[in-house]
Amino acid sequence: MSTTTSTERAAARPATDDLLQVTGLEKHFPITRGAFIRRTVGAVRAVDGIDFTVRSGETLGLVGESGCGKSTTGRLISRLLEPTGGKVVFEGRDISHLSNREMRPLRREVQMIFQDPYSSLNPRHTVGTIVGAPFRVQDIPTSQGVKRAVQDLLKLVGLNPEHYNRYPHEFSGGQRQRIGIARALALRPKLIVADEPVSALDVSIQAQVVNLLGDLQRELNLTYVFIAHDLSVVKHISDRVAVMYLGKIVEVAPRDALYATPMHPYTLALLSAVPVPDPDRRDRAQRERILLTGDVPSPIDPPSGCRFRTRCWKARELCEREVPPLRELATGHVVACHFPVEEAERTPGGRAAAQQAAASVPPATTTPV
Amino acid sequence: MKGAHMSSTNSFTTTDPVPGPRRGPDPTAFLDVRDLRIHFPTDDGLVKAVDGISFTLERGRTLGIVGESGSGKSVTSLGILGLHQREHARVGGEVWLDGEELISASPERVRQLRGQRMAMIFQDPLTAMHPYFTVGAQIVEAYRVHHRVSKAVARKRAVDLLGRVGIPQPAKRVDDYPHQFSGGMRQRAMIAMALVNNPDLLIADEPTTALDVTVQAQILDLIRDLQEEFGSAVLMITHDLGVVAELADDILVMYGGRCVEEGSAQTLFRRPEHPYAWGLLGSMPRVDRENRDRLIPIKGTPPSLINLPSGCAFHPRCPYQGRDGIPCRTEVPSLAQGSDHGVACHIAPAERRRIFAEDIAPAL
Repeated sequence: MSTTTSTERAAARPATDDLLQVTGLEKHFPITRGAFIRRTVGAVRAVDGIDFTVRSGETLGLVGESGCGKSTTGRLISRLLEPTGGKVVFEGRDISHLSNREMRPLRREVQMIFQDPYSSLNPRHTVGTIVGAPFRVQDIPTSQGVKRAVQDLLKLVGLNPEHYNRYPHEFSGGQRQRIGIARALALRPKLIVADEPVSALDVSIQAQVVNLLGDLQRELNLTYVFIAHDLSVVKHISDRVAVMYLGKIVEVAPRDALYATPMHPYTLALLSAVPVPDPDRRDRAQRERILLTGDVPSPIDPPSGCRFRTRCWKARELCEREVPPLRELATGHVVACHFPVEEAERTPGGRAAAQQAAASVPPATTTPV
Repeated sequence: MKGAHMSSTNSFTTTDPVPGPRRGPDPTAFLDVRDLRIHFPTDDGLVKAVDGISFTLERGRTLGIVGESGSGKSVTSLGILGLHQREHARVGGEVWLDGEELISASPERVRQLRGQRMAMIFQDPLTAMHPYFTVGAQIVEAYRVHHRVSKAVARKRAVDLLGRVGIPQPAKRVDDYPHQFSGGMRQRAMIAMALVNNPDLLIADEPTTALDVTVQAQILDLIRDLQEEFGSAVLMITHDLGVVAELADDILVMYGGRCVEEGSAQTLFRRPEHPYAWGLLGSMPRVDRENRDRLIPIKGTPPSLINLPSGCAFHPRCPYQGRDGIPCRTEVPSLAQGSDHGVACHIAPAERRRIFAEDIAPAL
């Protein structure tokens, strides 16, 4: 199934400006039983056949709820994990199964920013050691010494270069996240995978870091894959957005198109659930809110056909039988749904109807893992 | 040892005069918090986590307390419930719940009220629930502490409530352990536990922060419905302006352990007057508006509660500090009492409104 959709997608878009191409990507984590004789009894299908591309210089937002596989996807494209199936092609080169040694030169090109600025920095190392580590590991000559290079990086991310010898605990959460960003920038990578880089930060600090990421992108011509669950932040920072549900991509679209005209029922429900910081509009927002029943099913035994069908108010027999392929329904707007959302459903009346229909879907009774 | 602590607490309560022209005694208010102060002596100095907070809350109404980490919002809620250990915290001020003062009440009396008349929904249900007991057993215990009923009756009540908060097959799920529930269901179970004694005051401390948006929408909807049904007063503590806008009738903004602005939800979002509130709104990306080029963050970082900046605690981060010779660095601004809109800022009210209308609102 994934091979057909990937060829369709590859044909639909010229590959010239694509920095990263992902086709049919899968990651299954085995579940084992037994102490001495370990046998595999199943698999968590964290990422289960996804296709997308990242263009040079853009920000691709990757959104979805916990357990949808967005972080696993981030780790697969930065090759912190090896895929179970499918391909990751970076600058025309298949990196899906490269060994650690073969990956090392490529690590200069792809870097990560992690969510938790408390656990992603070694508490026993000074800022100088942390931010300077990439130079040492990669054995990169620096014209005026590592210390100078690190101080330039600290300045770049808005930290005081004199804090070179301080330890992470002497910094606040926002400052630590800047240290993590400086480390990621040290080798001037082309692609940065940022996994929930601002979700641990307070609102006022979050805005500082979001602005910093935007400035750095313009200045250094970076490409971002921005993984987050906060739809407002993703809307602010992304050029295109991919929505994931239970290991699958359900919709990819240019930012404005996705937020204005979501075509997958899940995207519609997800967007309607975002609390609107405007008390005058809360009644309207609540009238139009589509509340999904039940929980996300288990990725060990996902539903047949479309994975969202167990909670979807539009599901029919076809959805149970056939996995919907990603189809391009508008320019650059691809959706994996047999019955995409139509214009009438985005009107207030249509939404109210969808709200009622969604509420009457019986919640799945399976015990989540 | 114990006596020494008692006396220090007492002297603290009695020698601290109520500053400024605060709201007078309000005999009609259901929850009336007056000049609540919660200080923690530490080796590094005195942490003034809450330093003079006052508000009232009626049955059937929702008050949202908004602030960033370390602003004192959670400490306030624990203070109302009497959950601070007297050995470690100095609690001063008054908390009146339906005409009864709680700070000076005996711990036994507060324990009777806690869980029965006032209950709490915590942020993380996995740590708030005991992993060793079934969900049902924990709800049954909460009920039987306050009601002399048999286990069978209490169990029936637990099943009823689990059904009421939307757990499918409650009669079966009542015997599950917390880890067998998903995050959203655990939060529902915790709400059921909080509601088991029909409390008049429900304190929700970041009840949806650990949840995904679709589940968050379900839980907020549930809290709203239950409040309508039971007519309880809800105190909602959150850092998320979207969540307060959804639920709160009134909003209180905290910064550095003090209230910097209070008013109705409409007022706070339509015409906020404190520069910190402006900063929060400017920092927030909006899903419901056209994209702005850049967010407008607040410079600097939140202050340490041990060593608060002098005068207005927000002054080092405030772009307007010291304007026209206003004493931001030296004098603590009092919460000027408008009729229904309190702002603790030295900038003159007319000037604040002008700045908001001309400089802030167009950029939001």
